[in-house]
Amino acid sequence: MASASRSIVSLALVLAACGHTPGSPSTADVVVAVLPEEGGKVGTVVVHPTSGDTKVLNSAYAGAHLRGAGKVESVTLDRPQVDRTFGAALSALPIPPVSYLVYFLEGSDELTPESHANLSRIAAELANRPAAEVAVIGHTDLVGNDQYNDALSTQRAQRVRDELVRAHVPPERIEVAARGKREPLFRTAEGVADPRNRRVEISVR
Amino acid sequence: MSQLHATVRLTIVRLTIASVALALAAAWSAPSLGADAGRIKVSKGSVSIQRDGKKLPAPVGAAIQQQDTVVTGADGTVGITFQDSSMLSAGPNSVLTIDKYVFDRTTNKGEFESSLKQGTLAAVSGKMVKQSPESMRVKTPAAIMGVRGTEFVVRVTEPTR
Repeated sequence: MASASRSIVSLALVLAACGHTPGSPSTADVVVAVLPEEGGKVGTVVVHPTSGDTKVLNSAYAGAHLRGAGKVESVTLDRPQVDRTFGAALSALPIPPVSYLVYFLEGSDELTPESHANLSRIAAELANRPAAEVAVIGHTDLVGNDQYNDALSTQRAQRVRDELVRAHVPPERIEVAARGKREPLFRTAEGVADPRNRRVEISVR
Repeated sequence: MSQLHATVRLTIVRLTIASVALALAAAWSAPSLGADAGRIKVSKGSVSIQRDGKKLPAPVGAAIQQQDTVVTGADGTVGITFQDSSMLSAGPNSVLTIDKYVFDRTTNKGEFESSLKQGTLAAVSGKMVKQSPESMRVKTPAAIMGVRGTEFVVRVTEPTR
């Protein structure tokens, strides 16, 4: 219900923005198509025309062509058409965001030796990313109370931040957060020391 | 009967006050989620940001906020990554407005509305859409696209007048 009324509001906004009153559709020509992602997966886009029926696009290169007075036509593009029309826009897509995990010794803010080496590679990757922004989020396993783990996860995140700054990542581009033991990657019983949960997530965009 | 009526009315008044208070709280807390919706990661040729009636340069690293309009010239392309990892990029001669961007990094909930008035757009959805489908919408003069997780492209051509 709430979402239905919201989309009506958005619809009204679009019509207002275009200087059209409801019932006099836009004269703009609009083409939309979904593309296969890496690995061949295709998502879904739902086209809500200002007049005419909703169309669901959920197969590779499936599209809709809207022109003039409420004419909605299903179309299928091919790769050469996509490249011709959208090549410039597609080539300006940023490097996709990525997320890394580094792991720690039990009850400590010392990285495991393997993660220590990984962190250097991550820092190097960051240096190659234009205007990189980094979120560093600390976690613990389920040993100890919240107070202890909040402090420990903060220390771990801070430790990773310091290493990244030392590797010349600008400090103003790094956000630090800590979740204690609230978001274990692997749900274990309380008090279980699981190395997979003693981690810091480095989320890069 | 009239007592029941009064109780109902009182409840409605309370609910209204509560929802107004909630709306105010939401409006108040919105800036603390970060005024920046995204950041420019790719900028080639002529690209500018229109903000509060001013025209600003749009180099790599520039922040993008709600209500900004990004404009590319005949040789311009631009790529933006948003807080929830969604991405928008525009080809030459494009006019793209970020109408609304709200994102809660803890719950991954939010709302992302942009409009392409003219030109070409490529879009990749992010964490927000995984949390709630169609929370990301791209508006055009002829249709609104609700995104349920995908990479897609849009072109808007206005008739020559």
